[in-house]
Amino acid sequence: MVYGLKPLGREKFWLWLMLIPTLIGLAFGTAGSLLATLGLSLFNWDLINPPRWAGMENYVQLFENKDYIEAFVNTLKFSALYVPGVVTLSLMVAILLNRKIRGVHFFRTVYFLPTVTSAVATALVWNMIYGKETGILNFLLESLGFAPICWLCTDNAMMSVVIVNIWGAIGEGMIIFLAGLTAIPRDYYEAASLDGANELRQFFSVTLPLITPSIFFQIIISAINAFQAYDYIYMLTRRGQGDSSVPVAVYSIYRNAFHFFRMGDASAQTIQLALLVALFMMIMFWWERHYVVYE
Amino acid sequence: MSKSINKIVLDILSYAVLLFGALTMLFPFVWMISVSFRVPAQQFSRNIIPNPFTVQNYFDLFRDLPDNAFFYLTFNSFKISILSVIGQILTCAMAAFVFAVVKFKAREFLFALLLATLMIPPQVSLIPNFIIFKYLGWIGTQLPLIVPAFWGGAFGTFLLRQYFLTIPRDLVDAARMDGASLFDIFWRIYLPLSKPAIAALSIFVFKDAWNDLLHPLVYLPTDLQKTTLTVGLAFFQQQLQMGGKFTVLMAGAFLSILPLLILFFIAQKQFIEGIALSGMKR
Repeated sequence: MVYGLKPLGREKFWLWLMLIPTLIGLAFGTAGSLLATLGLSLFNWDLINPPRWAGMENYVQLFENKDYIEAFVNTLKFSALYVPGVVTLSLMVAILLNRKIRGVHFFRTVYFLPTVTSAVATALVWNMIYGKETGILNFLLESLGFAPICWLCTDNAMMSVVIVNIWGAIGEGMIIFLAGLTAIPRDYYEAASLDGANELRQFFSVTLPLITPSIFFQIIISAINAFQAYDYIYMLTRRGQGDSSVPVAVYSIYRNAFHFFRMGDASAQTIQLALLVALFMMIMFWWERHYVVYE
Repeated sequence: MSKSINKIVLDILSYAVLLFGALTMLFPFVWMISVSFRVPAQQFSRNIIPNPFTVQNYFDLFRDLPDNAFFYLTFNSFKISILSVIGQILTCAMAAFVFAVVKFKAREFLFALLLATLMIPPQVSLIPNFIIFKYLGWIGTQLPLIVPAFWGGAFGTFLLRQYFLTIPRDLVDAARMDGASLFDIFWRIYLPLSKPAIAALSIFVFKDAWNDLLHPLVYLPTDLQKTTLTVGLAFFQQQLQMGGKFTVLMAGAFLSILPLLILFFIAQKQFIEGIALSGMKR
């Protein structure tokens, strides 16, 4: 039976009054926006002249627009590097911290710090660290006998930006994995250890299968974050004219909409991004049915 | 015997990896603080300890930037973040209460619709909202950054609803017997009993509003009197790098993260619980 208080008399009015902000949000913020963006993507509109019907033209143009294809491919590349990086590194940190090690509290705090602080502020210092002639990172490389790297030049910028994004996201993944790891019953390890399984064996036979729900969740979250990555990329790869050496989808949407005022193009790009997210979720849920172990 | 040696080796390896990782995590913050206390001539020095040590950069930040810009930026960030927290807590809690406690016809449908919006990337509302706000004449004001916080949201509503569901029904029934209205039950029972969840959500909303770059960039591009610290810093990056004053930039960066660092050290439990809670959100 579904529990619920029945509103009495005039309380019906209160009920809807309390829901009004959420209903407005649905209409203007999320669900309504999706429909509006979908509609806008069928027009050409610069916000000055009246909108002109374009039909599927904006979508067709996406496949011909070299800049946008570059941005879309960059988003995919970025995700392909970022997601495995975040998931494996944060899982590793969580597993090490779960070994009843001393100083868990200290490590947890330190790893979580970049998650709390703004990407803008930390990107400023990363920009210094990455400096070609003046950066401390190249100084370290050179003192170890390696050749210096131009971290933020076009060839390497993708890698450097991925590194910073991973650095900023390990803390969150670590917490998710720690929550998953502490939920595994101790009995399982005791039973495995009685059967003579060493720590490595226990990891592969007990921990890894039972942590798959958290891995699944973390892959979804990281991928969604990756598709929408913006802050570090804006701060680290922005060039003089306002473009970027690693333009990604959101960067391209932002530029199209608010620099060039091509609302139709930008809307079509947004829809494509939303479709990418939806497609990815579908694949993941298919994968979940087949591979994720729930107790 | 070999087992315990194995364990010791594993322990040492674990510490080595964790320490290396911790240093990597901390280093950018240490470097930021270090540079912020240097004299400009030393800004690219490789020494971590500033020599000579100076606090001049922090004064320059307030003095050299035109029209007290840094003061305004800080004030604006606080104002927008605090109003966002108030808006989200109020509107999400009201909706969460209705969805958790009250029985009415459209409840399941509306709640399912709200949850489905979690899958829509937030960028989707960027363009339609910009157009609406433009027609309302709000571009260039802070309203587009504040008003949306007052129209609820799937994440906050879901988080609070889950918490509300754990509050014993007997309390509600007893209050109902005494003639309490729906709003009384919300205001006098549910809100006071949900402080942990409200604290966790507040911290999250504050953090997100404080760190937001995209929205202030869209609505308040470079008006330093009206925009936030994130946009201000991004703007100074271009300005100061040309003048070569990284030391002042780092002082600004450090001051901009200081409120969140303090909040984090005070409310670490809520931060971490919030993440763990958000782990259940989908």
